Amino acid sequence: MTEPAAVRCTGLRHSFGSTRAVDGVDLEIRAGEVFGLLGPNGAGKTTTLRMITTLLPAGPDRITVFGIDVARRRMAVRRLIGYVPQQLSADGALTGRENVALFARLFDVPRAGRREQVRLALDLAGLTGDADRTAKTYSGGMIRRLELAQALVSSPRLLILDEPTIGLDPVARSSVWDRIGSIREATGMTVLVTTHYMDEAEQYCDRVALMHAGRIRALGTPAELEAGLGPESTLDDVFRSVTGDHLGSEEGGIRGVRATRRTARRLG
Amino acid sequence: MSVPLAVPPAVSADPGPLRRLRVLAARVGAMCLVELQKLRRDQTELLTRAIQPALWLLIFGETFTRLRAIPTGPIPYLDYLAPGILAQSALFIAIFYGIQIIWERDAGVLAKLLVTPTPRAALVAGKAFAAGVRALVQALMVLVLAAVLGVGLTANPLKLVAMAVVLVLGSAFFCCLSIVIAGIVLSRERLMGIGQAITMPLFFGSNALYPVDLMPPWLKVLSHVNPLSYQVDALRGLLIGTPAHLGTDFAVLAAATVVAVSVASALLGRLAR
Repeated sequence: MTEPAAVRCTGLRHSFGSTRAVDGVDLEIRAGEVFGLLGPNGAGKTTTLRMITTLLPAGPDRITVFGIDVARRRMAVRRLIGYVPQQLSADGALTGRENVALFARLFDVPRAGRREQVRLALDLAGLTGDADRTAKTYSGGMIRRLELAQALVSSPRLLILDEPTIGLDPVARSSVWDRIGSIREATGMTVLVTTHYMDEAEQYCDRVALMHAGRIRALGTPAELEAGLGPESTLDDVFRSVTGDHLGSEEGGIRGVRATRRTARRLG
Repeated sequence: MSVPLAVPPAVSADPGPLRRLRVLAARVGAMCLVELQKLRRDQTELLTRAIQPALWLLIFGETFTRLRAIPTGPIPYLDYLAPGILAQSALFIAIFYGIQIIWERDAGVLAKLLVTPTPRAALVAGKAFAAGVRALVQALMVLVLAAVLGVGLTANPLKLVAMAVVLVLGSAFFCCLSIVIAGIVLSRERLMGIGQAITMPLFFGSNALYPVDLMPPWLKVLSHVNPLSYQVDALRGLLIGTPAHLGTDFAVLAAATVVAVSVASALLGRLAR
């Protein structure tokens, strides 16, 4: 029997009042791949992620995660997902180990193996040596890796990262991506990531989807999309051709901008 | 290194009530543990939060005991006041928990918690009882101060356990009330304003400072629908042995907490959007 798709979205739609944020998204993410969801502010990436993660409602049969309907079996789907939101969400008052242990408890990791599972997740995130320091003493890159450890402690099949490198310096960005790569290698888990950085998508994603105005405008491997536009084209060029140099200033929303600024401030 | 992945859960019917209760207890335990871990590292907060109840006992309590302005029968006013201040300190801790929820929403923590296999009611109950744990630690300091000031407190361990239950239930209710307000107003600033606006009426419109019999009729009505009054009545009965309606007090506090958890859970999704 073939393994079901990690994520399958069919005719996905969502509106905020009169604004249609997601407008008929059809998408299939294969098990084991690193899939990038790209697009300008307000393209509908985060809304799509929030529907996949059960944070926003999706109708029956609109989204399945490893064959399980998100609308009908939310709790079962959540057990398969590790989620890292855009903002820096680790608790600075707790140590790295306590932060991860909390999520082990929330995911019902059995008490007998919990300590070992926490140790393993911290190890995968490269934080073993800093696990007993409070998270407020961590650098921005370390906090991101701590969040990875929190997401990994339940051994999810699908790791969802919303703008994981936003606000990070280039060194921290590549360290986060290296960590994502090694985690994927060690576990074979599927990774769904949104990013604004085309260079990151090009380098680290197996396939990408370019979203604009709530719809998927292009889908394929970075190489396929570049080749489709012409020789010497980059993913940046594909992005521009899809969005029409759209800056998205009217669609990003002040809440999104504030959240991004807060993240950047917390990162220093 | 190879790490096994989670196996997709088998298709099964909804978990039974026993399983739900186990999940609820596990989540409440996890949230309370986090609260204790934070308190262990931030003892300054405990001390600063103890200042206000200490001032109420030391200044208001001592002065009004000497003035004999508030008739409390054979009980010294300071003894009468101490359980009220205990409830007040718990109220002041719990009523601003909604601000923490809004902060958690802004920091992405709430979204992350909502993506765990935790029913919203269990998440809210976890937060509510964590507020209770914090209030209990605070209560210890108020009780020690009251004992030092000569308040005749019970030493009966069963009554002390019952007192802890009352404090936790009261804190859980006011924490949920705060989350409900947060779910309606959605902003820290508005919640701060509303929190400040309702705290004093809740406190003065209860039996924390004076017997209900002394109140004008309209205030008596308010006092009877104010859960803080039931909390203070139970605390007073348990700690200093005044006549109390313990059955009614526990029932009202438990029912109010259940209703508040339900309403707060329903509004949690609004906060996460």
